[in-house]
Amino acid sequence: MMLQLDNVTKVYKVGAFGGRTFAAVDGVSFDVRSGEVVSLIGESGSGKSTIGKMILGLTPVTAGSITVDGAPVKAAKEYYRHVQGVFQDPFSCYNPVFKADRVFQLIKESYYPQVSAAEWDGRVRSAIEDVRLDPGQVLGRYPHQLSGGQLQRLLIARALLLDIKLLVADEITSMLDASTRIDVLNLLAELKERGLGVLYVTHDLSLGNYLAERTVVLRNGAVVEMGLTDKVFGDPLHPYTRKLLAAVPRLNAPWEDAAPTDACRYHAGGASGALFEAEAGHFVACARLDGCPP
Amino acid sequence: MSLRVSELRVYYRTLKGDVKALDDVSFTMRDGEILGLAGESGCGKTTLGKSLIRLDGRMRHVGGTVELDGRELPIGDDRRMNAFRFHEVSLIPQYSMSAMNPTRKIGKMVGELLRSRGVALDRAELESRLELVELPRTVLDNYPIELSGGMKQRMVMVISTLLNPSLLIADEVTSALDVSTQKAVAKALIGFRDAGFVKSMIFVTHDLALTSHIADTVMVMYAGKLAEKAPSAAMVTAPRHPYTRLLINSLPEVGVRHADKKLSGIAGSPPSLLDPPAGCRFRARCPVAGDECAQEPPVAEVEPGHFVACWKA
Ligand SMILES: Nc1ncnc2c1ncn2[C@@H]1O[C@H](COP(=O)(O)OP(=O)(O)O)[C@@H](O)[C@H]1O
Ligand SMILES: Nc1ncnc2c1ncn2[C@@H]1O[C@H](COP(=O)(O)OP(=O)(O)O)[C@@H](O)[C@H]1O
Ligand code: SF4
Ligand SMILES: [Mg+2]
Ligand SMILES: [Mg+2]
Repeated sequence: MMLQLDNVTKVYKVGAFGGRTFAAVDGVSFDVRSGEVVSLIGESGSGKSTIGKMILGLTPVTAGSITVDGAPVKAAKEYYRHVQGVFQDPFSCYNPVFKADRVFQLIKESYYPQVSAAEWDGRVRSAIEDVRLDPGQVLGRYPHQLSGGQLQRLLIARALLLDIKLLVADEITSMLDASTRIDVLNLLAELKERGLGVLYVTHDLSLGNYLAERTVVLRNGAVVEMGLTDKVFGDPLHPYTRKLLAAVPRLNAPWEDAAPTDACRYHAGGASGALFEAEAGHFVACARLDGCPP
Repeated sequence: MSLRVSELRVYYRTLKGDVKALDDVSFTMRDGEILGLAGESGCGKTTLGKSLIRLDGRMRHVGGTVELDGRELPIGDDRRMNAFRFHEVSLIPQYSMSAMNPTRKIGKMVGELLRSRGVALDRAELESRLELVELPRTVLDNYPIELSGGMKQRMVMVISTLLNPSLLIADEVTSALDVSTQKAVAKALIGFRDAGFVKSMIFVTHDLALTSHIADTVMVMYAGKLAEKAPSAAMVTAPRHPYTRLLINSLPEVGVRHADKKLSGIAGSPPSLLDPPAGCRFRARCPVAGDECAQEPPVAEVEPGHFVACWKA
């Protein structure tokens, strides 16, 4: 499996009569391979969810292309068999008047009507165990009787019932406590080991760093830096990445002051310029602080 | 001593019985101290904050006392508490950003609020405080919706501290913000303490790393009780309570990679506070629990200023 974004742009119409336009995503290109977690990092409003929604076919691209295994995104049943999304607020995915496990029944009805009830029940239980939950404790419960972490894991279990190859996880850990959060992150790591591609969307740099092989840093809808996580976080080149990293509070180290953001022709105006490969596997839209690319 | 909370018990009345959200909690705060209050969601942080200022309809003051600057706060008496609110104790509630009245310009809202408290607006003072948190004066002519999350949060901070309360409680004020905005708001809070706008502050958050940078002392609660309270540095470098240790071990610091070091969460979940278990409330999840843990562990001072409620600390 390979998710490929090529020069993807999303322009929203804004203003009272849609008279103005606004590029929420601006010429973004990156890919996600099987067995890999790529984290998409950016502050709120940077366009992360818009990218997630375009990949899931929930909103069309304005320009550019998104393909999975070479085929364009298609908001259709067959596409969702392989590509699924899980979002920040797990509660909004459940109807409070129905038991939480109805989400599994809906999958059966639309994808596996021919599977017998007994066999389906077995599949559901094993998917629930795969996400480290005890079926006896979560089946037959209403959403309000389950914790955010449990609901979030049930949604991942639902995705596992399909033959998914790509999971878009949008801020799925931001409402969880530290201890539950790490369990969900470890679960995503296991999915990757099983060969899934995961796009992990977050504003939390330390979580992205923990999980992802590769990292894409987004600012104002454009990629400012991307590449192997070790490189992007170990030797950040873009002043914006440095600033974000400096703002992360660490347990045993003083809170660094923001790195100087020396002017550069690319980041001065907000949006960034074209990416160039600063070193193997490490792309940046802005030069090192000591000089701009030729 | 700024604040002295003694054996405080505040329960929620529900149809199924009392939820013992704050169950015999005692601690003190020095003048000028910022106390970080941490712990998993549901452990009673918001309940503690609310108890010091306004009990909502279902909350009941079951026992214990709260003393602020040597005077007892009548926390169970909504009317008598009015004299203290805003003047002596102020709260920035969780989700306060979305609670600002959307139909009023901010300047007008501030004026009305002060008038309702019988205080005249000191425009010069207000503007100097806006400057301190790096907000332009023009925000007073804006509607709340026109401000970004971080700007709103700083505005709420300025408003809640206009009357220089002795104690400010900030409940999860940075939790919904991006890291760089979070840092600006955190620094502004410290600035308010340093400038003497508030004498002491309770900074509530579930983020231990953040707390350790803002607070002088950190208090970790578990299931309605105090688990550990220590100077910030000691809390992160030498935690003594098994719960605090596990909590800290579950934090992915920048630089920690799943491939190199697999972190783990704490198995199980906190007990129901409707009918909490006898003995240590962490017992069912504690990896070092023993027979003695069937009795409730007392809070002991293991080092000066370092308090732990655990038989094995
Ligand atoms: N349906 C929409 N119409 C207009 N603007 C939108 C819409 N959805 C998102 N936006 C804007 O696009 C930008 C990016 O939003 P989003 O993708 O949600 O960012 P993120 O997930 O990084 O916080 C924001 O400025 C947001 O206000
Ligand atoms: N209005 C309420 N009625 C009943 N129980 C409540 C109410 N509000 C909070 N609780 C319970 O009290 C406990 C403490 O909640 P809270 O103080 O909000 O925790 P925290 O702020 O640490 O997440 C939780 O078990 C919660 O479910
Ligand atoms: S008192 Fe016992 S059960 Fe409680 S934390 Fe200490 S060792 Fe664990
Ligand atoms: Mg988003
Ligand atoms: Mg709370």
